[in-house]
Amino acid sequence: MTETVDAVQLDTGWKAAQGEPLLKVENLIKHFPVRGGMFGSKQHVRAVDGVSFEVRPGETLGLVGESGCGKSTTGRMLVRLLEPTSGKITFEGQDITHARRGQLQRLRSDMQIIFQDPYSSLNPRHTVGTIVGMPLKVNNINPPGGVKKRVQELLELVGLNPEHYNRFPHEFSGGQRQRIGIARSLALRPKIIVADEPVSALDVSIQAQVINLLRDLQRDLNLAFVFIAHDLAVVRHFSQRVAVMYLGKIVEIGPREQIYNRPAHPYTKALLSAVPDATRLGESVGRIRLQGDVPTPINPPSGCRFRTRCWKAQDICATQEPALSVKETGSLAACHFPENAVLIEN
Amino acid sequence: MSTANNPYLQVSNLRVKFETHDGTVKAVDGVTFSVEKGKTLGIVGESGSGKSVTSLAIMGLHNPKSTLLQGEILVDGRNVVGMPDDKLRLLRGRDMAMIFQDPLTALHPFYTIGRQLVEAYRVHHKVTKAVAKKRAIEMLDRVGIPQPQRRFGQYPHEFSGGMRQRAMIAMSLINDPNLLIADEPTTALDVTVQAQILDLLNDLQREFHSAVILITHDLGVVSQVADDVLVMYGGRVAEYGTAQQVMKLPQHPYTWGLLASMPSLRGDPEADLLPIKGNPPSLLNVPPGCVFHPRCRYAMLKGGPCDREVPELLQLRTVDEPGHTVACHLPERQRIETYQEEISSVGVAQ
Repeated sequence: MTETVDAVQLDTGWKAAQGEPLLKVENLIKHFPVRGGMFGSKQHVRAVDGVSFEVRPGETLGLVGESGCGKSTTGRMLVRLLEPTSGKITFEGQDITHARRGQLQRLRSDMQIIFQDPYSSLNPRHTVGTIVGMPLKVNNINPPGGVKKRVQELLELVGLNPEHYNRFPHEFSGGQRQRIGIARSLALRPKIIVADEPVSALDVSIQAQVINLLRDLQRDLNLAFVFIAHDLAVVRHFSQRVAVMYLGKIVEIGPREQIYNRPAHPYTKALLSAVPDATRLGESVGRIRLQGDVPTPINPPSGCRFRTRCWKAQDICATQEPALSVKETGSLAACHFPENAVLIEN
Repeated sequence: MSTANNPYLQVSNLRVKFETHDGTVKAVDGVTFSVEKGKTLGIVGESGSGKSVTSLAIMGLHNPKSTLLQGEILVDGRNVVGMPDDKLRLLRGRDMAMIFQDPLTALHPFYTIGRQLVEAYRVHHKVTKAVAKKRAIEMLDRVGIPQPQRRFGQYPHEFSGGMRQRAMIAMSLINDPNLLIADEPTTALDVTVQAQILDLLNDLQREFHSAVILITHDLGVVSQVADDVLVMYGGRVAEYGTAQQVMKLPQHPYTWGLLASMPSLRGDPEADLLPIKGNPPSLLNVPPGCVFHPRCRYAMLKGGPCDREVPELLQLRTVDEPGHTVACHLPERQRIETYQEEISSVGVAQ
C-alpha cells in the first residue's frame, strides 16, 4: 500500500509547479459482494482495487481501459454515486470520501457527471427546461433574471435552440440529447465534470460535434474533466494526462505524449496497437495481438494482473506485484519489464 | 473494385421501402455493387444509412408483409428478390450466412452452443448427429475457442463476449458458405478482442475463399480488412471504389466528414475535429436533390443542382485507375483541390 502512496507523491512532485490539485484520489477501492464459490461463500468483485491519481483545475485526466477494468466504477465513486469500500477522495483539500447529505449537496454543485446513454439519463416526462433547470431548483438557487433565462443561456451555450425550452427529450436526436445532459451538468457552474463515455453511443459525425463542444467549454469555463472512455483516439484528443486501467488498477499514468508515443507498460502498447487506424491502410507490421480475454475480477491473477496475457511475463510477475514507478519513458508504470522504445514518431 | 465478369454477389439498383403509420420509409434507394469470391467489401455508413437493411435484403430476412423490395440481387446468378421462401431457406445458411453485431441476441439462450451448431449443420447436410458433432467441434477449434470439446456442451451465457462472437462465426461458417455478411461484428467488443476477431475473419476468408461483406461505421476497421469500400448515406451510395482509392483520395464530402470527424492516434491532438453539421436525414422525408446537401459545407451550388437533382454515381476521370465512382455535383477538379487543401490534414484523414 505504501508503494501506491509513493507513486502519488512522485506524480505530485512531477507537477508541483502547477499548483494544488482540485481532486486527489488515494488508494481507492471498491469491492462488490457476490454470492458464489462452494457452499455459497461470500466473494467479492474487486472492481476497483487501489487507484490513486490527481486532477488539477482546468485539466483533463483520461481514464481508458477495456470493459470491466473499473473505469466507470471509479467515476461513480468520484461523484459519490457509489460509496468507496476504502481509500480517500479529497476535493479542494476537503475529505469527501464519506461525505453525508449536506456536504454532498454542496459538493455536487462543484462536481457533475455526464452519462453515456443520452436516452436513459433524461426523464422522458420532463421538458428540457425542467431537466436543465432541476439542479438550480434542487439547490434553491435563483439566478439573476430567473431560472428560465439561465436555462436558455445554458441551452445556447451547448448549441441548442433556446426556444426548445418546452420540448420533451423524445423530440431530440441522440447528439442533441447528449447536449441537454451537458447543459444540465453545467447549470451549477461546476469545477469538475466526470464524463463517463459521453460520446460512445453517438454516430461518428455527431461524436465529433460533442467532442468539439466539450473542448470549447473546457477552454471557456476552465473546467476540469475526468474523461472516461474505451476509445483511445477520443481520449488522446481530449485529455492532457491519461491513466490506463486494467482489472481495477492503474497500470500506467502520465502525460498524453508519453502514453501514446512512448508507452512503458506492455498493456498500453498492446491496447494502442489493437486500434484499427484508418491511416495505416492494410498495414499489419509490428502489431501486438493479446491472447484470450480479461480474467475475472472476482479472482484476479496473483502478482501482476496482466501477466496471464503478457508476452513478457516471467516468474517474478506471478509472485510480486509491480508498483507504479517512474520508467525510462517518463510515465509512471506498474511493470517489472517495461518497454522503452518509441512507438510513434511525431 | 470487382471488375471480373462473374462476381458471386451482384446487387443492381436495389430499393427497399417500408410502409409505416407515418408514411413510406425509403431505407435503400437504388444501390448497386458486387462482391467477388475471395474479396471483402466494406459498407460504411452511420445509423439510418441503409447499410443493415441492404444486408437483410440480401439474406431475405426482411419482413415480407411490410417491405417492398425492388431491383435485383443475384447470388451466384440466382435472383433472390421475390424468390419463394422455401427456396431461399436452402440458400440461407448454406450458400450465404450472416454474423450479427450482438451474439447474445443472435444465439438461443436455452440451447447449448453445440446443439445450435449441430442444428445449423444438419439443416443442410443429411448426416448423423455424431458426424455433425465432430464437424461442430472442428469449427469451434478452428475459430480459436480453447477446449472445444468442453465448450460444445456449454450455454451462450457461459461464454465471454469475444468467445460468443467466435461461436457465431463458427456457426456461420459451418456450412462453408460462399458469401458471408458480417454486420458490425466487432462493435460490441473491446479493442484487443476486436483485433483478434478481425484477424480471425481475415484468416478464415483466405482459407475458405468466400465473398465477405463487412458492415461497419468504423473507417479504421474498413481500412484494415476491406478490398473495396462502399460509403452509404441516406439509403444511397455516396462513394464506391477500392479501399486504396476511397481512403487515399476520398471524393465525397460525406466521406470527408467521416474522416475528419474521427480523432486519430497520430497528428496534432490539439487540432479541432471538423464534424459534419446537423443530423442524418429522416428517411420518411428525404431531402430533394443530393441527400447530403443540407449538411454539406461545400453545397455551394445551392440554387444549382445540389438541392434539385439527385447526383449520379459517376466514374472519376482525371485521377487514379478506373473503378472509383462518386455521387456529387461538385466539379471533380474542385473536389480534389478541396480535399488536399482542407481535409487531408484533419482527424484520421491526415
